[in-house]
Amino acid sequence: MDILYKILIDPFLQMGQAPDLFVQTLWEGLVAGVLYSLIALGFVLIFKASGVFNFAQGIMMVFAALTLVGLHAKGVPAFLALALTVVVMLVLAIGIERLVLRPLVNQPDIILFMATFGLTYFLIGLGEVIFGGEPKTMITDALYLPRGSYEWKAFGGFVAFQKIDIAAVIIASVMVAGLAVFFQKTRIGRALRAVADSHKAALSVGISLEQIWVIVWFTAGIVALATGIMWGARSDVSFALQILALKALPVLILGGFTSIPGAIVGGVIIGVGEKVGEFYWGPLLGSGIESWLAYVIALVFLLFRPQGLFGERIIERI
Amino acid sequence: MSIAAQSDPTPSSATDIILSVNNIEVIYDHVILVLKGVSLDVPKGGIVALLGANGAGKTTTLKAISNLLHSERGEVTKGAIVFEGQEVQNLSPNQLVKRGCVQVMEGRHCFGHLTVEENLLTGAFTRRDGKAAIKADIERIYDYFPRLKERRDAVAGYTSGGEQQMCAIGRAMMARPKMILLDEPSMGLAPQIVEEIFGIVQSLNEKEGVSFLLAEQNTNMALKFARYGYILENGRVVMDGDARSLAENEDVKEFYLGIAEGKRKSFREGKHYKRRKRWLA
Repeated sequence: MDILYKILIDPFLQMGQAPDLFVQTLWEGLVAGVLYSLIALGFVLIFKASGVFNFAQGIMMVFAALTLVGLHAKGVPAFLALALTVVVMLVLAIGIERLVLRPLVNQPDIILFMATFGLTYFLIGLGEVIFGGEPKTMITDALYLPRGSYEWKAFGGFVAFQKIDIAAVIIASVMVAGLAVFFQKTRIGRALRAVADSHKAALSVGISLEQIWVIVWFTAGIVALATGIMWGARSDVSFALQILALKALPVLILGGFTSIPGAIVGGVIIGVGEKVGEFYWGPLLGSGIESWLAYVIALVFLLFRPQGLFGERIIERI
Repeated sequence: MSIAAQSDPTPSSATDIILSVNNIEVIYDHVILVLKGVSLDVPKGGIVALLGANGAGKTTTLKAISNLLHSERGEVTKGAIVFEGQEVQNLSPNQLVKRGCVQVMEGRHCFGHLTVEENLLTGAFTRRDGKAAIKADIERIYDYFPRLKERRDAVAGYTSGGEQQMCAIGRAMMARPKMILLDEPSMGLAPQIVEEIFGIVQSLNEKEGVSFLLAEQNTNMALKFARYGYILENGRVVMDGDARSLAENEDVKEFYLGIAEGKRKSFREGKHYKRRKRWLA
């Protein structure tokens, strides 16, 4: 009875007793969730357009952040460094299309998947050679990203909002909205969706797959850059950050591999679930559940809804 | 045995011919020889049928022309494909669509998750003449396919087979092609719908001046609408002639229309006759 009380009743009592703490936990979960979403978004973009599960998404994020910080350290002004990093991501996208995707076209998906492993280790090596392996600090101030926090007095206490977190949420929202409009309303966006639907049919109407792949990898690179800046500002820019890409996996399973809204909602559910679970139920299991709770949620989803919350319905005519 | 077309007895001058396939050979995966020397001509503004049984090489011929073969590990190893006087076998499908030659693939291949109208819009991907022109063209396509207009906001994957075929042809028309390679439009459709679609193809040909190369198993229907036909067997053209003479030819009746000496024969007898004839040849 005691254990049931601790699982089913006590956490909610705690939430009620200290609503400010609860709101704080929710907010932190939301921010983490939004950032997971951004990583997941990079996966979804590439998966939709080229059917490749891009294992290198995590390292692309680190590589973009490293390039930015590294250029700045060499004396390039922050915003020029940002622009140059965007150019580097474009060059990377073109390089990947020419050297990896094009020669492997028509090969089974698993081969492309393995190729992205190769890409991962190539980028790790390249990053270390150029910028060195030690952790670096994100150039938060030079990019005019805010520091400090707002404190909101409410619920008989206060809730602290880190300004950088608020910026992250705003930037992520703008990015997602921008991508949604791009996909729904533009000629290239429509072509991207067409390619996601059927490569052959897209070829037959004259859509150039090469061009689409470059655009998609470039877009994923931009998303990786934004994610890298935000995560880098919260911790350090180091190769350890790429582990975060693994956190995107449960997000993808929850949201569906092919759905942009799914990536967002999935990310928020995972982020909030993790923080709330850790804070209120964690002590029962001796804490540390944050690191695996997401995977358990994902596992439950795989059992009951394998296509995810928003995964594309499989349209089949009978 | 070539029987010349009535309207144009010697289609020799290059200007009258929009597409000319000269003795092409296609190999899949470096080993499987599928086409063993296929030649055909499509006159400007014509409808030409490519007939033959399953596996005869109709689809491969069309894909060789549109260059979609490449994505299926096929290769044209001999011969030449000339579209509007220029060799095109080294162009990408994208470049070929820009020049005005679009394929409508067998099995329709609409973009299932896009709406009918979005499908039509993707067809205009290669065009650079602005939104207004594309919008006007969509309305024109709806005039030819009133069913598509009713279903414009429906997700293409949930429309009927006939509607999907119309959507695929309409999508190809959105590229403003001079020529459409139409692969098996009758596949899996009710005879009435097939008739409707062929009727629309005919009016697109007459009013828009689009040439068609039509691969069909439905020989009867194809010969009704086409002006000239080629019959493929085992990767070779075995017979060609204008549509009426093909439809009246005894061998064609026997093998492809299932009629001999004025009465329908059973399939088995037809096959037997065919086998014996091959043996003698």
